[in-house]
Amino acid sequence: MVKEGILRRFFSKAFGRSLWVFHVNVGACNGCDIEVLDVLTPFFDVERFGIKLVGSPRHADVLLVSGPVTRTMEEPLKRLYEAVPDPKVVVAIGACAIGGAIWFDTYNVVGGVDKVIPVDIYIPGCPPKPEAIIYGVALALGLVPKKIERVEERHETPEELAQVIAYEKERVTAETK
Amino acid sequence: MVDSKIKQLLLALRAGKVTFAYPFEPRPSEPGFRGRVMVDTDKCTGCGGCADVCPTRCIKIIDVSPTYRIIRRYLERCIHCGRCEDVCQYGAVWLDLEYEMATTDKSDLFIEQHLFMGSCNRCGRCYVPPTPLDRLMVVGFRKDEEV
Repeated sequence: MVKEGILRRFFSKAFGRSLWVFHVNVGACNGCDIEVLDVLTPFFDVERFGIKLVGSPRHADVLLVSGPVTRTMEEPLKRLYEAVPDPKVVVAIGACAIGGAIWFDTYNVVGGVDKVIPVDIYIPGCPPKPEAIIYGVALALGLVPKKIERVEERHETPEELAQVIAYEKERVTAETK
Repeated sequence: MVDSKIKQLLLALRAGKVTFAYPFEPRPSEPGFRGRVMVDTDKCTGCGGCADVCPTRCIKIIDVSPTYRIIRRYLERCIHCGRCEDVCQYGAVWLDLEYEMATTDKSDLFIEQHLFMGSCNRCGRCYVPPTPLDRLMVVGFRKDEEV
């Protein structure tokens, strides 16, 4: 997994000006694909960052993946990843590609692109807004800061919590006896 | 032939610039947009209705002891359907307007909140004491300390 600062340097050195993108659907409902198309329209115009859709993975720098990886698409996705020349970046678009969404524990999907190939940027949403996709791209290019972080809101320190839990267990067992 | 081309050219000139300079200009989402799932632990009674209706099991509620309940949200698989907001009777769950959630690390899409509950002396089940004063009387209440 690439850190943000390293990613910025990596991008500026490896890719120069333009990112050529190959878009692959591994079992998505087409919602995310429509949003990706929306990003390419004149209103959002992602070509100002030099981004362009290409028809072959061998021409691409970036792999846009949408959809929970279905079992049939697992092998093709691996082969596709190998077909993209180094250096490459994988962007997972949508809740399905990140964690599997409503299919996260279904038998016929793998449930997340990162279980098959390494992913660099995650864009959540179902489907993500076109702005959210542009934000993800801009984050990769180092134009915007990262906004969210892991939140663990606690009223107690873990030691205090352990004490309280031990106390409560004793109390409950004493009461039940 | 030439006329029509000139007409097209004039039309194209009249259109002007339509591109929105998004990452350089802020674009707040409109009210009604469904973003992150937020929980207000002051209003929450810990009934678990939101976890019950969540189609992706994005909201999880774990009981560590009779006085503690942990609310976890795995936003990586949240589909922003808003069922949790609909089902909450106390207005403790809502979906905010945030959409700029792209990250380089999947573990950023995780929120954990600890809910403090009182427990019934008779049956040992969790409940929230009715008034703030009552909550102060229960074991382990440390709301002021932000750790």
